[in-house]
Amino acid sequence: MNGATGRPASAGTQLFDCRDAYIHALEEMAAKDARVCVVANDSLSSAKLKHFKAKFPERFVNVGIAEQNMVGVGAGLANGGMIPYVCGAGCFLTGRAMEQVKVDLAYSQSNVKLCGMSPGMAYGQLGPSHHSIEDLAWTRILPNMTVVVPADPIETAAAMRYSLVHQGPMYLRISRMPVPRVHADGYEFRLGKAVLLRDGHDVTVIASGVLAARALDAARRLAEHGISARVLNMSTVKPLDRAAVLDAAKTTRGIVTAEEALAAGGLGGAVAEVLAEEYPARMRILGLPDVFAPTGTAEFLLERFGLTAAGIEAVALDLLENEG
Amino acid sequence: MTMAYHAQMGHTGGDLSSADILAVLYLGGVLRIDPAEPQSPQRDRFILSKGHCSGAFYSTLAARGFFPLEQLKTYMDPLSMLNGHPDRNRLPGVEANTGPLGHGLPIAVGAALAARMRKESWRVFALTGDGELQEGSNWEAAMTAQQYGLDNLTVIVDRNRIQQSDFTENTIRMEPLAARWSAFGFAVDEIDGHEADTLLSRFAHLPIEPGKPSCVIARTIKGKGVSFAENQPAWHHGVPTREQLAAAAEELNIEVGW
Repeated sequence: MNGATGRPASAGTQLFDCRDAYIHALEEMAAKDARVCVVANDSLSSAKLKHFKAKFPERFVNVGIAEQNMVGVGAGLANGGMIPYVCGAGCFLTGRAMEQVKVDLAYSQSNVKLCGMSPGMAYGQLGPSHHSIEDLAWTRILPNMTVVVPADPIETAAAMRYSLVHQGPMYLRISRMPVPRVHADGYEFRLGKAVLLRDGHDVTVIASGVLAARALDAARRLAEHGISARVLNMSTVKPLDRAAVLDAAKTTRGIVTAEEALAAGGLGGAVAEVLAEEYPARMRILGLPDVFAPTGTAEFLLERFGLTAAGIEAVALDLLENEG
Repeated sequence: MTMAYHAQMGHTGGDLSSADILAVLYLGGVLRIDPAEPQSPQRDRFILSKGHCSGAFYSTLAARGFFPLEQLKTYMDPLSMLNGHPDRNRLPGVEANTGPLGHGLPIAVGAALAARMRKESWRVFALTGDGELQEGSNWEAAMTAQQYGLDNLTVIVDRNRIQQSDFTENTIRMEPLAARWSAFGFAVDEIDGHEADTLLSRFAHLPIEPGKPSCVIARTIKGKGVSFAENQPAWHHGVPTREQLAAAAEELNIEVGW
């Protein structure tokens, strides 16, 4: 990390706002499929929906500042044969409307796609009320729910295109934190499959979203210590790629998970559940400990909680050094 | 009531206050539905927002032919399709999984928007309780219905004046209820919710006003038809004894079926 500029130190790589890829894909899908529509809660700018509204006014619904209604309206649209994308800040879309997400979508098996915008600590200094660090635990725990956290613009677009053919409710976490590309053009999203970003045999870093690029950087740094780190982009948090987790446990000496969310209940929790039952292995879970974040920019907060290449590197070294 | 007796659980009071409305909608030819094709894309949608009144709802669906009447005998039994609250993935004819209050109207608004987007002529009906309207999500949905001028949507309020613990007006005042719906942009009509002819003629002329969503406030009696249950808050989720069941049947001049 370059602490002074607060930018990921992925040498020579351009940074992207994944929302651009999301809205581009959404507009493309809407142009091809008359069932695609959008439900918004007035956050047209942060969900990048202004152009969609202008282009497809008859398939754009702004329910105003009313998230419970927004999710219920999505369920009704799906009942009526549409494929609604319900887009709003992750913190409100999940927290405010959680019972609707549970009953109207998950329990009902409604074909509704939730796009949780600006998740994690993207809203930085706006504070914990606007952070969405609980969303992965809340959505992952629901039967019938599918949870996807794309790592870069390529995967964001691919996951959006996949969501259109997926039957049933999905939560897509759309980052606004600038991230470098970790996937090549032509990448195809496969639900429930970990993506091997880099192979290694000493330790495995399993990351999602913003942390995927940082995990790659961490692996490069670990290589300088002579440590071979495998990096898995676990963009599908649910259903989890259990085989990839078990293989990592069996063929490397430890697992570090990294996510922009509470350490409890998210990706780390999902990995731990598999390991505890099937192949107990040494692991560390990087995320927010049991606290709400203090005031600071998103980048400052990621650094503070060790959600950086250096943070992942340090935890991996510690894990390997204290093998006992 | 037989179902509630069988399950030793149920919401007798609200079942009886909404039964006439349900009968008119499903058996009076109001809803354009076909039990042989419950998923027909062009069907009218009926959403029971007061999902706890599943006893009356299931009886009506069975009477309309969505499933055999015999199946009512499995109400709330282990692994029954007749869950305490409706499950659309288990039971034909159910449009939405309801139970938690304030969920039905947003779903109904979404369905009405879908019909609009698809340029189709099917209509959407939602039946809510009156105490249920204390849930704020109903009014969020009402504002959306107004904004989009959803005149393919009709909200029916089962105005039985009683919620779980007491009369609504002793709990959280609901009056002036008609004025509230009007203020939220609905065309409102307040009618007797037990008069089949009144209900039929109202539902034959919808929307109440073109360009506006409709709200029919059905004045009803909780526990209707059973003297000892009528207007008694305790019968909100009262379960009859075998003797009370027999007494109710005698009052209604019917036989206890099972």
